Amino acid sequence: MPLIKFVTHTGEEHEVHVSAGTSVMQAAMDNGVPGILADCGGACSCATCHCYVDDSWAEKTGKPDDVEEQMLDFVMEVKPTSRLSCQIVVEDELDGLVVHLPESQI
Amino acid sequence: MSSEHAIVIGASHAGAQLVTSLRQAGWTGKISMVGEEAIPPYHRPPLSKGYLNGDKHSDEILIRPAAFYEKSDIDLLLGNRVTGIDRENKTITLHDGATIAYTKLALTTGAHVRKLSALPGHELGGVCYLRDLRDVDNIRCYIGKGKSAVIIGGGYIGLETAASMRKMGMEVTVLEAMPRVLARVTAPEISAFYSRVHGEEGVRIITDAAVEGIEGSNSVEAVKLADGTLIPADVVVIGVGVAPATELAEAAGLEIDNGIVVDEFARTSDPDIVAAGDCTNHFNPIYGRNLRLESVQNATDQAKVAANTLCGKLEAYNALPWFWSDQFDLKLQIAGLSQGFDRVVVRGDTETGRSFAAFYFEGDKLLAVDAINRPKEFMMTRRALSTGQNADPDKLADESVEIQQAFS
Repeated sequence: MPLIKFVTHTGEEHEVHVSAGTSVMQAAMDNGVPGILADCGGACSCATCHCYVDDSWAEKTGKPDDVEEQMLDFVMEVKPTSRLSCQIVVEDELDGLVVHLPESQI
Repeated sequence: MSSEHAIVIGASHAGAQLVTSLRQAGWTGKISMVGEEAIPPYHRPPLSKGYLNGDKHSDEILIRPAAFYEKSDIDLLLGNRVTGIDRENKTITLHDGATIAYTKLALTTGAHVRKLSALPGHELGGVCYLRDLRDVDNIRCYIGKGKSAVIIGGGYIGLETAASMRKMGMEVTVLEAMPRVLARVTAPEISAFYSRVHGEEGVRIITDAAVEGIEGSNSVEAVKLADGTLIPADVVVIGVGVAPATELAEAAGLEIDNGIVVDEFARTSDPDIVAAGDCTNHFNPIYGRNLRLESVQNATDQAKVAANTLCGKLEAYNALPWFWSDQFDLKLQIAGLSQGFDRVVVRGDTETGRSFAAFYFEGDKLLAVDAINRPKEFMMTRRALSTGQNADPDKLADESVEIQQAFS
């Protein structure tokens, strides 16, 4: 099972193992990682699962689609590596993925 | 661990958030959540979409897996119905007669569907409602490619269900009693838009429909309208709204007024009992009036407030309501509440295509937006309304002006 490392804005690290096919958002929810709200449950409708993909992984996780990109334009503290974590599906290639969490979702 | 015990009644969106937030807020006592269904709290929006059409298994719509609650030392008392609350002795009674003592209680009981029990034929097989997982499991016994569905009620649930069934290759008719769909919640332009798209997708919508009865021998065969029209149906889904689940609170003598009355800290009229979600009637400072909301946003945000209150951290609830609805390729996102509007400003075109935003104004004040395939407009408006910003209607209507520039 791929490993994902979440780093909160205070530097706290949470390492979780998840099955391939799970979203990064659900991985955080399932393991009680703080900082992801995920109000809409993964419908790409709320932008409360914002994260920053670590620079070293940004290429592998790919680019946001049009809807996600428009949502990201208005999240707090957007950065070039910003993603909505519900739109990143964990695959075996993402084993070791590091994502950073923003200070606030809304 | 302290000897305190917080009991949450209702394994719902609000319940799931409340127990999680209680632990995060530092509640060190015992936490129990009682739920009537056998599974942990799950996301309800997929019920009319991914779960209905079989794309998603029930395990895939859980808000959090059972293991999470176990790890967080939260007891799930699933498959249990609470029959009474004894406020004097601070106990609850379960359906099997067991009593459990609490120090703090939270009510996240949600809402019940309104039933059409007086409608002839309502008891036939294949006549269904859509509120919980069991309802959808029931609906799924009657659906499939080539079958016919009649949806009674042209609200969000009805239209989402119609869209999902149509996408499965079913013949779908929506019956709406009012002159337009979504009449209670949107402007006429939006209703016309949804009628158009459903028509383009092959859903038949009949407005001003008076349903006389449901016909069939054992299972439903047709729905009869007052003008004599018979619409063949293998399944009927009734989606005519919900009523807050207040029976327990009412029997316990808590103040009820179109929901369980709570203050800005989610406290009921008993200081040891909080309530959150669809079951509450609460004051919203942004709109300056009392609201009873049926939404995930309200369930989760108010549950956080309630959890903090139980931990002695009083933080007033003042969130902006927002909603979403997915039908066909339409992603509707709503920020704010449009009730009381006297003017609608449209950015984009409602009559052709499938992307625009409708802004609701009362006088000069922006109240809300219905954004269809317009995430930017939704996000900008949600942020602006949350922080008390207003917008210029002329700039909103002018697509050559960047959306950010329309807000002041």
